[in-house]
Amino acid sequence: MIAEIGHFSLILALGVALAQTILPIWGAQQRDNTLMRIGAPAAQAQFCLLLLAFFGLMIAYVTSDFSLLNVFQNSHSAKPLLYKISGVWGNHEGSMLLWVLILALFGCAVAMFGRNLPPDLKANVLGVQGSISVAFLTFIVTTSNPFTRIDPAPFEGQGLNPILQDPALSFHPPFLYMGYVGFSMAFSFAVAALITGRVDPAWARWVRPWTLAAWMCLTLGIAMGSWWAYYELGWGGWWFWDPVENASFMPWLAGTALLHTALVMEKRDSLKVWTILLAILTFSLSLMGTFLVRSGVLTSVHAFAVDPERGVFILGIMVIFIGGALALFASRAQVLRQGGIFAPVSREGALVLNNLLISTACAAVFIGTLYPMALEAVTGAKISVGPPFFNATFGPLMVPLLIAMPFGPFLAWKRGDILGASQRLSVAAIVTMLVIIAAYAFSGSGPWLAPLGLGLGIWVIAGALSEIAFRVKMFKAPWDEVFRRLRNLPRAAYGTTTAHIGIGVMVLGIVATTTWQSEKILSLKPGQSASIAGYELKYMGVEPHKGANYSEQIALLVVSRGGEEVTRLFPSKRLYVAPKTATTEAGIHAAWTGDLYSVLGDELKDGAFAFRLYFNPLVRFIWIGTLIMFFGGLMSLTDRRLRVGAPKPARVGVRPAAAE
Amino acid sequence: MTRKQRRSALIGMCLAVLGLAVGLVLFALEDSIVFFYSPSDVSEKNIKPGQRIRLGGLVEEGSVKRGENTTVQFTVTDTAKRVPVMYTGVLPDLFREGQGVVTEGKLGSDGVFVADSVLAKHDENYMPPEVAEALKKQGVWQGEGAKPKVN
Repeated sequence: MIAEIGHFSLILALGVALAQTILPIWGAQQRDNTLMRIGAPAAQAQFCLLLLAFFGLMIAYVTSDFSLLNVFQNSHSAKPLLYKISGVWGNHEGSMLLWVLILALFGCAVAMFGRNLPPDLKANVLGVQGSISVAFLTFIVTTSNPFTRIDPAPFEGQGLNPILQDPALSFHPPFLYMGYVGFSMAFSFAVAALITGRVDPAWARWVRPWTLAAWMCLTLGIAMGSWWAYYELGWGGWWFWDPVENASFMPWLAGTALLHTALVMEKRDSLKVWTILLAILTFSLSLMGTFLVRSGVLTSVHAFAVDPERGVFILGIMVIFIGGALALFASRAQVLRQGGIFAPVSREGALVLNNLLISTACAAVFIGTLYPMALEAVTGAKISVGPPFFNATFGPLMVPLLIAMPFGPFLAWKRGDILGASQRLSVAAIVTMLVIIAAYAFSGSGPWLAPLGLGLGIWVIAGALSEIAFRVKMFKAPWDEVFRRLRNLPRAAYGTTTAHIGIGVMVLGIVATTTWQSEKILSLKPGQSASIAGYELKYMGVEPHKGANYSEQIALLVVSRGGEEVTRLFPSKRLYVAPKTATTEAGIHAAWTGDLYSVLGDELKDGAFAFRLYFNPLVRFIWIGTLIMFFGGLMSLTDRRLRVGAPKPARVGVRPAAAE
Repeated sequence: MTRKQRRSALIGMCLAVLGLAVGLVLFALEDSIVFFYSPSDVSEKNIKPGQRIRLGGLVEEGSVKRGENTTVQFTVTDTAKRVPVMYTGVLPDLFREGQGVVTEGKLGSDGVFVADSVLAKHDENYMPPEVAEALKKQGVWQGEGAKPKVN
């Protein structure tokens, strides 16, 4: 019964979405207020209906209703409750339902919080948003219905892929989708702006909070995925340049660029054409990510089902939306009048450089991801483009970006003073030099690039802090004035600084892990020891163990340092019952200096086991950095000037270079 | 600066960055692409020893031999041709005789493929797509009937 209600609401939502698409846009053309106003309630209704459908599916999962094909294929009654719930989106049909639910959530948010949007803009935004819903709901109803029944109902389900049964991964898809789908707001606003032919600073102010919120969720989603891959896959790495990872990374890069260029448009009414294009491209990359992951073009843990019909359908959606938006852009772009002009050395110039480097890096990732598929389609040759390609292209493009990053906030709008900025950054530069020298002194014979890389991270952090220090006149004015200024700085300024510091922290982690990682592969018999990075690991033996829905072999490693026991690690190999799958559970000891990471391999001759040991210096900095970036975004988002739909304060023009 | 100079400065900057990127991409594509071959391809196409390739196929039944420490030897076959592979390291969870596998490394002058990575993906029914296709060509593919499990 509940499943039928869910199914019915799903179809009803499709109908409502159709109304939400056609009526408001038609009304905006006819200047008919009644028609335009239909958009908001339609968006809310659509959201409620989809929520109902989603809860219907969730109840089916929680109660293990195996009369639903989807539940039968992806759940098992012995599964812990958390994974019964996360199982809802751990499969193709459910994850698409989550996708449209989040899409509707954003549409609903515009309907509720966008009260002071111009009515025609709002109508068009909701209309465009509705059209995306129509496309994906049609996709779900016709090809991927999660409410399909099977008769007779089986007694037991087939279970969820065990490597997906993990707390971090339970929340990875919702955040990732919030990011992906959140960029649809930027897209809808861009298309609506092209339809109405009006793009002004107010437009950028409305778009930026949405983009920021989406960007934050995507940041967190990608970080969770990477964290999961790190400890669950047992490969000791945190990023593999896998096409599926790239599919989520490309929208992130484009979104980052969009956040920065929207700033130029908001403050200076400049770079309009580029901002609109970027808004369209960002969501296009999200759509492409969905296509790559869902169509089965790629084979990985994410490609839930290989069904050509679905692939073609999503490809069709992608072509229509991207092609349509770009065609509209081509025909209407000249309507957008260019605003303020600026010197190459200026805040705008710095942000252009930022955009140029980020979007070029994004293009490099794009080529690396799609080239193998294109080549195979054309010549039939099969190639793999692995990490070396991305390290050789993406890395060098990031270096100038990171060097230039601290300069940006110090340059004035319109015309900046690079000498002045350099002077203000002199403390940061000195700190950076000291760190580089110290790193050379301590690292000894390591790779010569590593200390420079660390310096880059420190430079970004110190540069970001310098900006705040300069703005509050730290060490120049009396302390009470400094505190007053600290209090009065807009939160968005703290947000920028925090996010930039996050990047710096992440760079430190990446550089340290990639250059100073130590790895050992060896076989150990009980009683034998191995040493890595100053740790002594004594292998005591393997014991069998039985878990809720798996059996495992757990090895015991006693870790000591300088004769004293530090910790005990329990790397294990699990064999799950349903579906029958083997997984590796790494034993990890986390310390500030780095992670000791151990993986249990196969059984070898005469009772020995293979082990893989890693020491990953500062690897946690990578995820700590992303968390800091997330909080930076959150700080900016709560700034009242940015609050969704907040009216522009009258004083904003007088404020000295309100920097983000 | 005049407007024209400003514009040319911006355009110059864009061209410089794009030029850099194109250079990097071409350089990296030249250097870091790895081709996939089946054992039949290896014997037909005269792969030179020392060239980095991916070799994929089935792990031949009964061919896995443990050596010293973590060294393993096995044979990759597409039923027409076979290539001996040597690998030192930890084999993936799903490495099994008779299952599909993709290895990456270099062919030695003695005809033994020295792999530095071995991939067998996470699903018991999973077959690396390259392997599946290579096997289809040889006419030994039976996977289609066994419905690939969703997920």
